[in-house]
Amino acid sequence: MKSLALHLSVLAVLCALQFVLPSYHVTNVARIMVLAVFAMGYNIAFGYTGLLSLGHALFFAAGIYGAGLPVHLLEWTSGPAFLTGLVAGGVAAALVGLLALRTAGVSFMIVTLMFAQAGYLSILYFGRWTGGDEGFPMGAVGRQVLGYDLSGETPRYLTALGLFAVALVVNLVLVRSKLGRVMVAMRENEDRARMLGYDPFRVKLAALAISGLYAGAAGAGYAMLFGYVGATFGGIQYSILPMLYVLVGGAGTVLGPLIGAAGMFYLIEAASEVTEAYLMLVGVILIVGVVFAPKGLLGALRKVWPWLP
Amino acid sequence: MAFGPFLLLALMEGLVAASVLALTASGLSLVFGVMRVVNVAHGAFFMLGAVAAWFVTQWVPGPAAVGFVAALVLAPVVVAGIAAIADRLVLKRLGYDPEATIVATIGLLYILEQAALGLYGPDARPVAAPFDWRIQLPWFGYSGYKLFVVAAAAAVLGALWLVMTRSRAGLVMRATQVDRQTAQAFGIDVDRVYAGVFALGAGLAAVAAVLVVPIQQAHYLMGGDPLLMSFIVVIIGGLGSLRGTLAAALIIGLSDGVISMFFTPTLAKILATLAVAMVLVFRPQGLFGARP
Amino acid sequence: MAAMILRAQGLTRHFGGLRAVDGVDFDLQQGEIHALIGPNGAGKTTLVGLLAGRIVPQAGSIRLADRDITALPAHRRVQAGIAYTFQITSVFPRLSVFDNVALAVANLRDVPAALERVGLRALADQEAATLSYGHQRLLELAMGLALRPKVLILDEPTQGLAAGEIAGFMALVRGLVPETSVLLIEHNMDVVMGLADRITVLNFGTVLARGSPAEIRADATVQAAYLGTGNAAA
Repeated sequence: MKSLALHLSVLAVLCALQFVLPSYHVTNVARIMVLAVFAMGYNIAFGYTGLLSLGHALFFAAGIYGAGLPVHLLEWTSGPAFLTGLVAGGVAAALVGLLALRTAGVSFMIVTLMFAQAGYLSILYFGRWTGGDEGFPMGAVGRQVLGYDLSGETPRYLTALGLFAVALVVNLVLVRSKLGRVMVAMRENEDRARMLGYDPFRVKLAALAISGLYAGAAGAGYAMLFGYVGATFGGIQYSILPMLYVLVGGAGTVLGPLIGAAGMFYLIEAASEVTEAYLMLVGVILIVGVVFAPKGLLGALRKVWPWLP
Repeated sequence: MAFGPFLLLALMEGLVAASVLALTASGLSLVFGVMRVVNVAHGAFFMLGAVAAWFVTQWVPGPAAVGFVAALVLAPVVVAGIAAIADRLVLKRLGYDPEATIVATIGLLYILEQAALGLYGPDARPVAAPFDWRIQLPWFGYSGYKLFVVAAAAAVLGALWLVMTRSRAGLVMRATQVDRQTAQAFGIDVDRVYAGVFALGAGLAAVAAVLVVPIQQAHYLMGGDPLLMSFIVVIIGGLGSLRGTLAAALIIGLSDGVISMFFTPTLAKILATLAVAMVLVFRPQGLFGARP
Repeated sequence: MAAMILRAQGLTRHFGGLRAVDGVDFDLQQGEIHALIGPNGAGKTTLVGLLAGRIVPQAGSIRLADRDITALPAHRRVQAGIAYTFQITSVFPRLSVFDNVALAVANLRDVPAALERVGLRALADQEAATLSYGHQRLLELAMGLALRPKVLILDEPTQGLAAGEIAGFMALVRGLVPETSVLLIEHNMDVVMGLADRITVLNFGTVLARGSPAEIRADATVQAAYLGTGNAAA
């Protein structure tokens, strides 16, 4: 019950923030929440199931283009577009998983990285339809939700909050469910889990597919909320960002991705005002994180408060 | 130009690319073979080699050849030194855990790239070739320097092979690769071997970069392509097999050159990345590696 | 004659030049406790690995009751009713005792009873890695039992246990039959003689002898290979 109260209060705080913060930061927090959904999905694969993927940009891009292309080419509305993006992310993850999960460890990382790279290059190659490197703006017809235009600050924030809240609740339910516990078992001791009757391949595939659905939802949401579809979202930095957020915030915790996303976002913001070489900060944090705190911030806190989910 | 000569040109370009690629990839292959870790910053070491070469040629007076030779000697040493430090400070602390190493080397990649951005700037700058020699073939002229690159790469790789198979250092490296714990029991300082191998791998990439920088310009982001291609070569050739790396570099360098000239470089890369994924899934030992 | 719950014929598995298991026939009768003994390297763990599905045979067949399970992967065999406890304790170290067993039961309500059966109920909230060795072994056993298996395979279960713990273990195993059939690998001859209905002796990947405890104890070839002639047993 403690944890439920904690998560509800986080949602309440996020809801209140839009009235308290200046306009610039409201948009930032909306962006952070969508990226946190992406990171939550990554966490399901990495933090809970132990699958270190370097290819999540592919699923994120699937969500962005899955929502963006129907709007751009076929003038679809936001509802069907969002669903398409969501499903595209899940399907991409499942297909990659069918092949990649036949490998493990380092090979798995490389295979996922390769598929993501191939995806990114394909976006560029088929530039005639995808807009290539330049991308295209998200048509207004795809940015209407319940009669409100998502380019407006409040509808955008509330939609982002809604997306985040649903993602959070689903994550909490998953973590407590049998599937969630089996996913953790796979990470902790795959051999043992197998000898208890669980199929490692199926469990990992499910984790990856769910992770892809999250990425697809985040991608579709990002396109609809911030109005731009472009190839950069399929690039390797979008495979590294969720991993970064999760490492910093706490792998294997539900709120970790949000904390990591918020922390890194503002850290990078602050750093890029000081120097053009702000990515160096990212590099340092990755190294420090993996050497000293592989469990991230929340993971370290969990030692003190074990009830953190 | 008729098809025949065009194909010949494509093959020659491919051969040059394959030579540089073989040299770069051998560094990555060595590191993976002996240390069993994947170094994502390998492309950054390549880039540092090129950037260091530019600095050296700026400071060394006299004809271009002198500066180039100086760069060929100094740049790899500097880059190897940086790599050895990175190994001691970071990789050793992680116990060479494969997944953690990948994350850490990604961080290292960012740091090195941004450091180059800070010190060298965002521009691409050329380095003069040591000599200006053109070979005249019946259908087209070709840069003599590019042929020198092929010869030089072959020479370095030959030397590497000799060191690995004939010298005591090579024996120590191979022993550590085969069985780390037994090597330790025999009194081999595994940590020092690892630092040395990591440095050697980076040094090889730097040599390749110095060779290629008169053809291609030095830019702080130039390491991305060599990294990807080295990856592809090492995996398809078989992780830990130097012979496989060479064979794969030849195949991939040549086909990349040909596809790039007849189609587009992007398509060539798409095919190459998918090939890597498929090889890892269906034939993880690559062409020549041992079954894991 | 009792029904055969598990039957293997002609099982063979080589590793390179080593013939770990070479044409072994083996059967487990419903409701019996069957011990598998033999010197180190005789192929015992490989044989049960083949039976549990952890190792793929190069030749031979395995039947569970009337079902051919030779091609079934390990996790499906567990679902079919074969449970295996590891020679080197393999639990989920960072999970609590409760969470460990929770992964084995069909219903979360059955966890307390499963813990009670091995006497670990009091330690339910403790992290598995912090348990004593003997308790970890019991946890392993609890997980195996919680699966309600038809066949329980125990790989050197008493290794490292104190004398009192061994006695408790033997009582526990006796209580499992006849609902469950038990196959156990053991080096401790007192445990073997005290529990087994039948014993199979393996040596160099083949069956050296099979029979009741009395028969095996009297068998000269077994004595020569394993039990020792006139001296104390291993």
